[in-house]
Amino acid sequence: MMRIALPLGLALGLLAAVPAVALDTTKLPVKDVDFSFDGPFGTYDQGALQRGFQVYKEVCSACHNLDHVAFHNLDEPGGLGFTEAQAKAIAAGYKIPVDPNDKGDIFDDKGVRLTRAGTLADKFPPPFANEEAARANNDGNLPPDLSMIVKARDGGAHYVYSIITGFKMTPPKGFTVTTGKYYNPYFEGWNIGMPPPLTDDMVTYSDGTKATVAQEAHDVATFLAWASDPKMEERKRMGFGALVFLIVLAGLLFFSYRRVWADLH
Amino acid sequence: MSGQSTYTPKSGLEKWIDQRLPLPRLMHDTMTTFPTPRNLNIWYTFGGILTFCLGVQIVSGIVLAMHYVPNASMAFDSVESIMRDVNYGWLMRYIHSTGASMFFLAVYIHMFRGLYYGSYKAPRELIWIIGVLIYVLMMATAFFGYVLPWGQMSFWGATVITSLFSSIDQIVPHLGTAITTWLWGDFAVGDATLNRFFSLHYLLPFIIAGVVGLHIWALHVPGNNNPLGIDVKSPQDTVPFHPYYTVKDAFYLCCFVALFAVFVFYAPNFFGNPDNYQQANPLVTPPDIVPEWYLLPFYAMLRSIPQKLIGVLVLVGSLVTLVFIPWLDTSRVRSCRFRPLMKQFFWAFAVDAVLLGYCGAQSVDAVAFGIPLVWVARLGTIYYFAYFWVIMPIVGLIETPKKLPASIAQSVLGESAAAPAE
Amino acid sequence: MGAVGVAAVAWPFIDQMNPSAAVLALSSIEVDLSPVTVGQQVVVKWRGHPLFVRHRTVKEIAEAKAVVVSDLPDPIARNQNLPDSAPATDANREIKAQWLILVGVCTHLGCTPTAFEGDYGGWLCHCHGSQYDTAGRVRKGPAPQNLLVPPYAYLSDTRIKVG
Repeated sequence: MMRIALPLGLALGLLAAVPAVALDTTKLPVKDVDFSFDGPFGTYDQGALQRGFQVYKEVCSACHNLDHVAFHNLDEPGGLGFTEAQAKAIAAGYKIPVDPNDKGDIFDDKGVRLTRAGTLADKFPPPFANEEAARANNDGNLPPDLSMIVKARDGGAHYVYSIITGFKMTPPKGFTVTTGKYYNPYFEGWNIGMPPPLTDDMVTYSDGTKATVAQEAHDVATFLAWASDPKMEERKRMGFGALVFLIVLAGLLFFSYRRVWADLH
Repeated sequence: MSGQSTYTPKSGLEKWIDQRLPLPRLMHDTMTTFPTPRNLNIWYTFGGILTFCLGVQIVSGIVLAMHYVPNASMAFDSVESIMRDVNYGWLMRYIHSTGASMFFLAVYIHMFRGLYYGSYKAPRELIWIIGVLIYVLMMATAFFGYVLPWGQMSFWGATVITSLFSSIDQIVPHLGTAITTWLWGDFAVGDATLNRFFSLHYLLPFIIAGVVGLHIWALHVPGNNNPLGIDVKSPQDTVPFHPYYTVKDAFYLCCFVALFAVFVFYAPNFFGNPDNYQQANPLVTPPDIVPEWYLLPFYAMLRSIPQKLIGVLVLVGSLVTLVFIPWLDTSRVRSCRFRPLMKQFFWAFAVDAVLLGYCGAQSVDAVAFGIPLVWVARLGTIYYFAYFWVIMPIVGLIETPKKLPASIAQSVLGESAAAPAE
Repeated sequence: MGAVGVAAVAWPFIDQMNPSAAVLALSSIEVDLSPVTVGQQVVVKWRGHPLFVRHRTVKEIAEAKAVVVSDLPDPIARNQNLPDSAPATDANREIKAQWLILVGVCTHLGCTPTAFEGDYGGWLCHCHGSQYDTAGRVRKGPAPQNLLVPPYAYLSDTRIKVG
């Protein structure tokens, strides 16, 4: 017994001494891609916004909320460029749970929730009634609300773009994807709950642009950037005016300062 | 200097008011004729800038309070409503959030100026102590304010910092938990906490305004210090505050506002943390809980001590230390311009403050160049305390200061200046 | 006399900050254990947190009792019904052996661990991989402490009051 115990113990001991190589699953830096709204003079490309909205509506909205965006935001300046009539039509296409009717019912005879057509005052309705329903429909994962996602993530629109286009990669050796999750090296820990959401030609753009994954991702990232920051164009415009004014004022004050102090020397 | 007022009313209305409420006189004495050293440089303008910042925060804050709802289920949405629906709400919000950072930027420059030029030394000790009080009130106000949007950082930052009080349990059993429950109004940070933080956040700035009044009043007794650190000896050393410093401060203020505008309009989330755009969730802790940048050095000091109670005492000690500075510095010379040895320790302290801030922003187990940052933070904390308790007393005694100029006028105007009256 | 008057006036202003009646009403809950069958776990909400109510099997109890406390990453019981220094023996983790009542918040970063998963048959936290055994004690992963045992007491054989 002792004749095998010692060499066996030695072998096991040696095995234990070999350190397991821990894979560093820190997320990759975001992809370097240009957006029309980058920089102090950047604006939203309306074509991209409308295409991105189409991607959100036809693909993302199946799982993701857009809680803070209202239909009346769709025809606001600095945004998608829809007319009020177009925004109304978009709103009307949605079913909004309705307040109790005269009899106090909120369900019809068949137990279905009563709804009405959306108006400009309504916000985008959520795809699931509550968090539990969202998790039940997504393998226990909770798809985050997208109305602020660009501001709520380090890297903003670049991060969103990187995640959506980052699925087209095979996991490196030694990395096992957790069951129920998907490999995405742009997501911290490399295990993301969302399956790859886009394919080529998943939507058919009405303006004829070719709908590659990169294009769809770029457009939806632009749309989500607008959703997070609808006042961006107004903000940058006002900033330009403010800074011009302040620089001129600073100049005038500087000369006043020199004038006042001149007689002291 | 405080003394007899030379004010004569220029109009009937001024005379009428002045006879009933000496406000015109006060304005005249403190802001028009007030004799101010003629050699004040850019670092002396930040007191005025700070008053401006306080005004901006109060005005923008009152406006925001017209739309904000301090209830845990509505706070986050009410802020988004301000950003999207309220006319120019985004502007008010960004002015207020960026303004807080600008406020602290200005206060740190103001405090470091005081340290460098010895503005805390006799007879200005009380101005300094009142200033420390203002600084602590600002930190409390900012802490309460950051909780209000009820984002992830708001909630978890509040949880971490208020939980520190539970360390008192180690001194008096159960007292710390009782205090923490009393602060929270619940058994964890929640709606009760948010509501009272809103009340206190609205209150404190007005207390700050009152203390600032005391700060300026105390200043007007001896008058301003100056970069040379020598006393005013004759009227040639000073100029009336108006128009000399009103115009100079106006120019610098305009530059400051331009920098403020760059952040508000072009990088409004530069100082912020993306996690705070996610609604507070008591069941999910963010991987790294970080306060706003202006609290980072203190956060680093707190985290560098593994024992909770000692960490809290170090944090409190770091602020209490500031009160004793007028007595810790033994130098007879005020300004570091004439203190070649102290000057070097001062700049090391400035680097230390930035280094501690950097450590505070990283995660607890971060490593840089093979050194765990927690050790850098520990060394930084040791230097912080050593600077005040060891270096200041000793250097003041052993240093050979440079020769001081005879007077401000002589230093500014050169040899051709008339000799100051004795 | 003056001091008494001041204290009498001051106390309401201080006490108003303590938890209100509404908060206190929610701070204690009663849980009926009878619907929870052997080998099952039920999650209830307590003071804003999930509370695990787990009916342990004989095998789970035996496995928990067999563990040597000094092998544990966290050897402290973390039981609010016991002194702070109590060791993490299985007996110190519950009142009756077959009922495990734990605060369902992973001591790492606050996620909710999943029951009956992980190498120890207890819980697995999917967020960062912490694993707890059948007494809710951390065995693997980044969590620094065992799952907390809240203050609770038996009102009867099948009913407990938590908090």
